[in-house]
Amino acid sequence: MARAVNTRTKVGYTVAAWIVALVIFFPILYTIITSLKTEQEAISGFNLIPSFTLSSFEAVQTQNNYWKPFTNSVILAVGSTILALIVAIPAAWAMAFSPTKNTKNILMWMLSTKMMPAVAVLVPIYLIFLRTGLMDTRIGLTVMLMLINLPIVVWMLYTYFREIPGEILEAARMDGAGLRDEILYVLTPMAIPGIASTMLLNVILAWNEAFWTIQLTTTNAAPLSAFIASFSSPQGLFWAKLSAASVMAIAPILIMGWFSQKQLVRGLTFGAVK
Amino acid sequence: MTLYYSFLNYNLLNPASISWAGWFNYQYFYTDPAFFDAIWNTLALVLGVLAITVIGGIAIALLIDKPIFGQGIVRILIISPFFVMPPVAALIWKNMIMHPSYGVFADISRALGLQPVDWFAQYPLTSIIIIVAWQWLPFATLILLTALQSLDGEQMEAAEMDGAGAVSRFIHLTLPHMARAITVVVLIQTIFLLGIYAEILVTTNGGPGNASTNLTYLIYRAARLNFDIGGAAAGGIIAVILANIVAFFLMRAVGKNLD
Repeated sequence: MARAVNTRTKVGYTVAAWIVALVIFFPILYTIITSLKTEQEAISGFNLIPSFTLSSFEAVQTQNNYWKPFTNSVILAVGSTILALIVAIPAAWAMAFSPTKNTKNILMWMLSTKMMPAVAVLVPIYLIFLRTGLMDTRIGLTVMLMLINLPIVVWMLYTYFREIPGEILEAARMDGAGLRDEILYVLTPMAIPGIASTMLLNVILAWNEAFWTIQLTTTNAAPLSAFIASFSSPQGLFWAKLSAASVMAIAPILIMGWFSQKQLVRGLTFGAVK
Repeated sequence: MTLYYSFLNYNLLNPASISWAGWFNYQYFYTDPAFFDAIWNTLALVLGVLAITVIGGIAIALLIDKPIFGQGIVRILIISPFFVMPPVAALIWKNMIMHPSYGVFADISRALGLQPVDWFAQYPLTSIIIIVAWQWLPFATLILLTALQSLDGEQMEAAEMDGAGAVSRFIHLTLPHMARAITVVVLIQTIFLLGIYAEILVTTNGGPGNASTNLTYLIYRAARLNFDIGGAAAGGIIAVILANIVAFFLMRAVGKNLD
């Protein structure tokens, strides 16, 4: 914007924007503050200045066996992402570089599965998991998470791959590059940014997935989302500890999310808004 | 498979007696008073959240699009709720913000000399709408902001030169420009909002009574708490039909963009 803005207006907007931002961020901020309080402080009314104790974090880790669901979350998020990429990269690659007249329909069909409410397939999936003994196993859940996010992954990769201009391939071929060289030296370096942001988005989605993780696990394979949901009745864990557990559950994704704002818009709108 | 099960008389507590039920499960669902409550709650939830997030999203997007100090940080703060996993969001709100004796809302009303409100007992659905709206407001804001930033600044200036006021500039230039983004936000959110589940499970368990049971939660209850496989499957089919109506329009919006 080239227009001159006078400072007073700018300050006004700034104050308004900061107030809105802080109100929206407040629940998260307050959770972080509470996690640094002692249990006594946490229930003794509104107070923004904690005593900066880390005892709640310690307590959560020792008493509630925090590391198991954390490990499960990492395994599920990373595992399902890698599996999804293994399946999706060749699929998206093929559709982007050698499209047929049905490519668009296939993509649309894939996306349409994502639009079906998860609860509609709860019954069959639940019964399959029950009968095959996949219930509460990491493998079962990893595959499940991979499947539910696969359409988005294929879609995002497809849109990224399609942006790689075909002329570059021709130029490489002119210069005498074989198929192997083409893939290794031309396409891969150009595709890596797209693959990386797809990965990031998928890890976020898998980490935050709550429906299937709660349905299909009890204790062994329960990731953080199911672990935290089990505290819906307040017994056992108190406020400061609850906050500490929450902070640890959301911190990694929050930070990753801040870096992936742009990709998020692209992935979640299926490319309809850029 | 869901379709197949939906016609069966199948209860996991009594797995030996599986029989063909015909339309009985649908009939049963249809006559269950909880079903209409659930449909109504689902609609109220979707529409309530949509209204808050779209209007709030436009307002916030307009605000942060203005030249302000610390824009990057403001953006980060505003989009943060989106990355909070649903069970955590629900727990934060339930225990820290809306709790009748320890919550921040209670502290505020006490400071004003009012009786604290027991949100989840008195206004269960409203409370859930607030929580879910908080989670999705960043999404709406982010997408609307992206659309807003692609607005042509010169067009704006031209309109200003011609004497268009701020309001008419907004109505005739900004809104039409954002129409597509708004449509996308509405459609995508509707699909996700139809499946709201963890927030209800953690906060109200669908209660009191059926006051905050949506369709997803009702089906979950049929399948997992009553072990009524046939009934749950029938509910699932109904949910699919609802979602398909929305999906149909979304697919057209996305499809147009592919060319």
